[in-house]
Amino acid sequence: MMRASPARIALYVISTLVLVYLILPVLIIAPISFSSARFLTFPPPSFSLRWYQQYFANPAWMQATQVTLTVAFLTVLIATPCGVAAAYAISQSKLRIMRVIHMALLLPLVVPIIITAVGIFFVYAKVGLVATMPGLVLANVMLGLPYVVISVLAGMQSFDPAQEMVARSLGMNRLRSFFAVTLPQIKSSVVAGGIFAFISAMDETIVALFISGGQYQPLTKRMFTALRDEIDPTIAAISTLMTAASFLLVLAASARQKKTG
Amino acid sequence: MLALVSPALLVILALIVLPVGWLAWQSIYHDGFTLENYRRVFTEDIYWRSFALTFEISLAVTVIALLLGYPVAYLANSVPKGWSILILSLVVLPFWTSVLVRAYAWLALLQRTGVINQLLRYLDVISEPLALVHNTFGTVVATVHILLPFMVLPLYATMQKIPGDLMQAGASLGASPSLTFFRVFLPLSLPGVLAGCTMVFVLCLGFYITPELLGGGRTVMVSMLVSRNVELYNQFGAASAVAVVLLLSVLAIFFVVSRFISLDRVLGQK
Repeated sequence: MMRASPARIALYVISTLVLVYLILPVLIIAPISFSSARFLTFPPPSFSLRWYQQYFANPAWMQATQVTLTVAFLTVLIATPCGVAAAYAISQSKLRIMRVIHMALLLPLVVPIIITAVGIFFVYAKVGLVATMPGLVLANVMLGLPYVVISVLAGMQSFDPAQEMVARSLGMNRLRSFFAVTLPQIKSSVVAGGIFAFISAMDETIVALFISGGQYQPLTKRMFTALRDEIDPTIAAISTLMTAASFLLVLAASARQKKTG
Repeated sequence: MLALVSPALLVILALIVLPVGWLAWQSIYHDGFTLENYRRVFTEDIYWRSFALTFEISLAVTVIALLLGYPVAYLANSVPKGWSILILSLVVLPFWTSVLVRAYAWLALLQRTGVINQLLRYLDVISEPLALVHNTFGTVVATVHILLPFMVLPLYATMQKIPGDLMQAGASLGASPSLTFFRVFLPLSLPGVLAGCTMVFVLCLGFYITPELLGGGRTVMVSMLVSRNVELYNQFGAASAVAVVLLLSVLAIFFVVSRFISLDRVLGQK
């Protein structure tokens, strides 16, 4: 299969170009963020940390960062137990309706996000949740749930439910046997699901555009508004930090998943 | 068991089923039952043009993503394991970068004083900067970039399940490599093609951030129509009707595709 036929060479060349296209935008941000120039110049005239200083010295950016981190942590705290309980029930129950419920829990991935955003905005406006922290967290819990459910369901597939039966036949109740036997074995996929929910909340923009405001605006909303107006290198610094953070989280999640694998 | 799913289900019902139901209601009810909003969506020029443009862009993005993604998936499938892991990691790497960050990166690359224009002028290829962004071109380039992983992953998953023996059998019976590819491999990879194309097309239909930031206001996709009707014009009925038509299009596509392949196959690939 590894002959260097013209078709094979073309395959290598095309694939390499496509991979460069995929990677280039991810790599281009860091050099811009460390450049001293006010406007984009290539190559950058000199190295500087001024955009990072601007980010850390700006109260608006700092407040937005705090909102984002708070929302992301609360989202994980709420979405993970809900998602784990749901995934456990879906995998163990033989009720027909569970299939429908399973599909319903994946709805946030299917419904175009702009529709979800506008719909939530209308409902929030009725009940007074627009521009509030609980409103923001709740929306992100909903958007993060599918990631927890998918990840935990995948973990449950390699788990033998008979073990829990054994624990129960030895006198543990359902809850205790879950925490003593099942949870330790699916821990990795639970953590991975939580991490994905965190990244999804950190990244969420469109729903926040509609329902957040005042002092409860996440980083992504401020970035979006800033990007509409001008290309400020401060955003390159923030982007670099965000990218580094999500890569570290993904590495952590995949390291955990390999352990179960 | 139902008690265990209820918290999650409650969140989904309250934050997606209820809001979408609300939208649907609002699109047909305003001081009484009305189809006025739908009449506007289907007759007024601006709505028609936006829907047509959105479908055109989604189709173009899907075709380009297939043309770019197929070779990459094919290569990842035909090289030793270590290499295929490397290739797939490169494919999903941007996946974990914020869509906003990537929009910023494409602005930095494509704008008049951007990296690509400066490089081309430095190399004396062009004398005037090219208009690469704030138009449909920039939107498509960035959208394909964001959606390409959704094409490559299902393609790769399908290709992996094609037994290598079949290709060898083809070769041993005297078929040339290209004949075996077109007669054996390509047809067997079609479920992956369908799954990838569905996901890319459907996601593209609802794209908002990329066309908003890279389209320069001229590429008005349906999602922008929805948001403008809400934010600028307070036309909630019209926004709702557009949203309902968009949602029905998406559901119809999923329904048609589910006749051919299992939906798990499409959605399973996050």
